Amino acid sequence: MIRDITLGQYFPGNSVIHRLDPRIKIIWTFFYIVLLFFVNNFWGFLVYVVFTAIIIRLTKIKPKLIFRGLRPVLFLLLFTVIVNVFMTGGGDVLFKFGFLTVTTEGLKFAGLMAMRLILLVTGTSILTFTTSPIMLTDGIERLLSPLAKIGVPAHAIAMMMTIAIRFIPTILDETDKIMKAQKARGADFESGNIIKRAKAMTPILIPLFISAFRRADELATAMECRCYHGGEGRTRFKQLKIRKLDIISLLFAPLLLAAVVATKYIF
Amino acid sequence: MIKAENVTFSYSDDLSVPVLDNVSITVADGSFVAVLGHNGSGKSTLAKHFNAILLPSGGKVYVFGQDTAKKNALLDVRKKVGMVFQNPDNQIVATVVEEDVAFGLENLGVPSDEMHERVGKALDAVQMSEFAKSAPHNLSGGQKQRVAIAGIIAMRPRCIVLDEPTAMLDPSGRREIMKTIKTLNKDMGITVVLITHYMDEAAQADRVIVMDSGKVCMDDCPKNIFTRREELLALGLDVPQVTELMHRLREKGLRVREDIIYTDECIEELVSLLEEKYD
Repeated sequence: MIRDITLGQYFPGNSVIHRLDPRIKIIWTFFYIVLLFFVNNFWGFLVYVVFTAIIIRLTKIKPKLIFRGLRPVLFLLLFTVIVNVFMTGGGDVLFKFGFLTVTTEGLKFAGLMAMRLILLVTGTSILTFTTSPIMLTDGIERLLSPLAKIGVPAHAIAMMMTIAIRFIPTILDETDKIMKAQKARGADFESGNIIKRAKAMTPILIPLFISAFRRADELATAMECRCYHGGEGRTRFKQLKIRKLDIISLLFAPLLLAAVVATKYIF
Repeated sequence: MIKAENVTFSYSDDLSVPVLDNVSITVADGSFVAVLGHNGSGKSTLAKHFNAILLPSGGKVYVFGQDTAKKNALLDVRKKVGMVFQNPDNQIVATVVEEDVAFGLENLGVPSDEMHERVGKALDAVQMSEFAKSAPHNLSGGQKQRVAIAGIIAMRPRCIVLDEPTAMLDPSGRREIMKTIKTLNKDMGITVVLITHYMDEAAQADRVIVMDSGKVCMDDCPKNIFTRREELLALGLDVPQVTELMHRLREKGLRVREDIIYTDECIEELVSLLEEKYD
């Protein structure tokens, strides 16, 4: 069950989106996120939903798998919606229950917030689903490399991220194993209030941390054995080249921008 | 050639309880050496000296003529002596098999075209070509370990040190790895140092070194080592199953050879024994 978490996992493929240069995809994702925060009406979101749906289609990954990435943020999503429903004033009052008031404005705002979150997670997971972590970190490293001159450790950041991403499935597997082991010893994770359940996590977290440190140590040794010595003089297995496809994809950015801006004025 | 001269090593500054105590051995080019010893005998520590992951507290280690303690020889030493560890999960850096195999080459600054060719050949050598684009966490233990080995052979080392590479694998994974190791040694001419605690694996080497409390206590060909059953048992070790079988048959009064360490030999011996009996 714990394996269902797919956030940050790569699905190998050969779609148009897969073939895009990672730098372009990162820039696109940033653009997508920033622009998303300017969208504040229904039509703007419709543009975004359609755009995102087309991209998902182009990745040729089953939409089911992409939406599975939403599961871990479900709680956050619910929390946001509830807070927004009750905390936003203005508009017609729909009903009142003690100090809680639900207004049309509140519902609308909560809906938009939820849409924003869903799109945010979906949009960013498209990046990680279609870009192998090495490509992703390559992209980040290249994009950050101009900053290396002012002391930003571009390569180190990229390497840390690759390793973090690489170990997500491994650590999840391990969590699963530890949970089962502790359950077999009579641990109870399901009953009690939140605090009690949080406390019950201790016997999972401690072995998990110990093993993570041990793994880190072994991995560092294995990397040293393979002549790892930082970013200096390193070449790349996959070369990054901006091709026609990448340029074409960028042409759609002003289009999306125009569509979003248009919805603000037209409707 | 790897040469350890009077190597002493301790993890702390206190040299009174050394992990390695005055160890001197030479590993000849192209040989297949197994190192046996129970937990804490210093076998893994010794292995880590062969590619400068650890430096001796006393004595010297020479790898193909270079002193491992010299800082400027470090990369060259590690390029020549690759190392594979016990847990395949903790040595795979990338999320795609071929990219992981390329990791060492990237570090060495090999040009991209050459890298592709070398990665392809390395995966061929361990028979993992069909998984080039797979994610490592979807592979079996034996397959993961073969990817780790490919990552090392892509760097074209002259020697591979394997530190209990089969300890976490199931029997079929163990067989896969042993087969791969033999191919590396016999067909590709790579020197192999295999740290293990499986007697059957050690029996397949050309030479067995037995370690105990930081010292080399036996160093001979497998046949000569495994006929010293009592000594091995006293060190907390064992003999291959077939050797044990022969020993027990002798105890029951049957006349069988005691220097049998391979399954084939054992079968032959048993067959001739039965033929003798029923003729």
